[in-house]
Amino acid sequence: MRKLPLPPASSEITSPELYARRREFLKSGALFVASSATLGAGLTALSSMGSADPPETPPPVPKAPSGAVPWRVDKRGQFASNEAQTSYRDITTYNNYYELGLSKSEPASLGFRIKTRPWTVRVTGELERERTLDIDTLIQWFGLEERIYRMRCVEAWSMVIPWLGVPLSDLLKRLAPTSRAKYVRFTTLLDPEQLPNQDSGVLSWPYVEGLRIDEAMNPLAFLALGLYGAPLPGQNGAPLRLVVPWKYGFKGGKSLVEIRFQEQEPKTTWNRAAPDEYGFYANVNPALDHPRWSQASERRIGELSRRKTLPFNGYAEQVADLYRGMNLARYF
Amino acid sequence: MAKSKLPWLVPATITGALIPFASLAWRASQQRLGPNPIATALNQIGLLSLIFLCASLSCTPLKLLLDWNWPLRVRRTLGLCAFFSALLHFLVYLILDQGLQVRVVLSDVLQRPFIALGFAALCLLLPLALTSTKRALSRLGFRRWQALHRLAYAIGILGVLHFYLRVKADHTQPIVYGLVLALGFALRGIAKLKKSRALRARESLRGARPESA
Repeated sequence: MRKLPLPPASSEITSPELYARRREFLKSGALFVASSATLGAGLTALSSMGSADPPETPPPVPKAPSGAVPWRVDKRGQFASNEAQTSYRDITTYNNYYELGLSKSEPASLGFRIKTRPWTVRVTGELERERTLDIDTLIQWFGLEERIYRMRCVEAWSMVIPWLGVPLSDLLKRLAPTSRAKYVRFTTLLDPEQLPNQDSGVLSWPYVEGLRIDEAMNPLAFLALGLYGAPLPGQNGAPLRLVVPWKYGFKGGKSLVEIRFQEQEPKTTWNRAAPDEYGFYANVNPALDHPRWSQASERRIGELSRRKTLPFNGYAEQVADLYRGMNLARYF
Repeated sequence: MAKSKLPWLVPATITGALIPFASLAWRASQQRLGPNPIATALNQIGLLSLIFLCASLSCTPLKLLLDWNWPLRVRRTLGLCAFFSALLHFLVYLILDQGLQVRVVLSDVLQRPFIALGFAALCLLLPLALTSTKRALSRLGFRRWQALHRLAYAIGILGVLHFYLRVKADHTQPIVYGLVLALGFALRGIAKLKKSRALRARESLRGARPESA
């Protein structure tokens, strides 16, 4: 015979006060959940403004243009470094390209807006004949060379990037500047349709960078058209950008539409925005701090600990002569 | 009476405040903080600290403006959140970012105005956190406790300046947080002015009475 269950002990019976408070308890619980969730979501959104997470799926690798000009690596270049190369994903999702957005991740989602073909570059100023160059002509003239360069950003991070492009000096020699050409100015595309953040006044557009002519003629100076064997994605400065590996990254003007030879030092964008922080030369110099932070060390993207920054970003052997006798603290 | 107690308010504030940290930890474990995760964590935690600071300093103005009482009941919690986030922000900078190179950090704190301002804010937050209990309040006496806790205004300004000086080109965010603080200060100022005017009016009324009597 089965026993009947015992009746609950009197101590287990809900007290009348508690029974009455049940509704209130549920209400408090609901308010607790709703308000903590709202607060948490709001705080998470506010605190990640400006440092949005990179896209879940990496941006697509641009296809090689199918045209008259073959897209292939013709030369494995000089100055190769045996350091580990930064991943394609990191190189293409961590970008400073203010015209495509101020955060590091935004340019990757807007880079597709740059219409890279057809693309021409005006060559103007102190040279035998001003002209407009198609970038395919550029590839036809020189072929594509791979250069694996360190890139040191003024914000104290760095990458190792396998660029594809043409040596700047080869192009400049062919363009035959006159003796009055003391500087070269590089101008980025000005078109808010393709570079939407040019609607904002955060910097003066178009972005302008420049080099002294002897710097531009140095064998290290490079015009990149590709990355990891494929054409540059928009966020990396497609279709043509400057790469000057011994200088801070902001010297590398992106999406270039004009190369101008001139007698005066160009007024460069960051230098105009904050002359005491960003000089015309902007050579990587661990001994000379940015007024707001140290330049003595850097974080290589993909690594967690810092490493020492090298003078001229490790290219002193190739470029230190350019600055012999110059006061680098004054001409920074 | 039970209705005005809002027993869920402080626990919900603490839970809500922990959510962005949980989210950060989760994304870090999934390697979703981007190519430079230490910089992302450092920036987001620092910004959280400033948000808590501004929120805590907005409690009194909210009470003055809308006559709500509940903001005052989370003011201390928010202030403590600001302190713990600022401490965590500093520890991420010291340990993860600078790899515990105390000499480098020390020279940063001494040489770089923006780091010095942030560090000063953290140092000033410490005594406020330590005296945030009811016991400390009664030990110090309300006058002295209140004088000490007025440091929060200075800390708020230091925090905004620290952020402003760090930004490279776009100053929108630090300016917005600065405006939030400024608005709060203005509301406090107006309320104080009104109060002292009312007090004077009452006194002059009292002074006038015997004559007219």
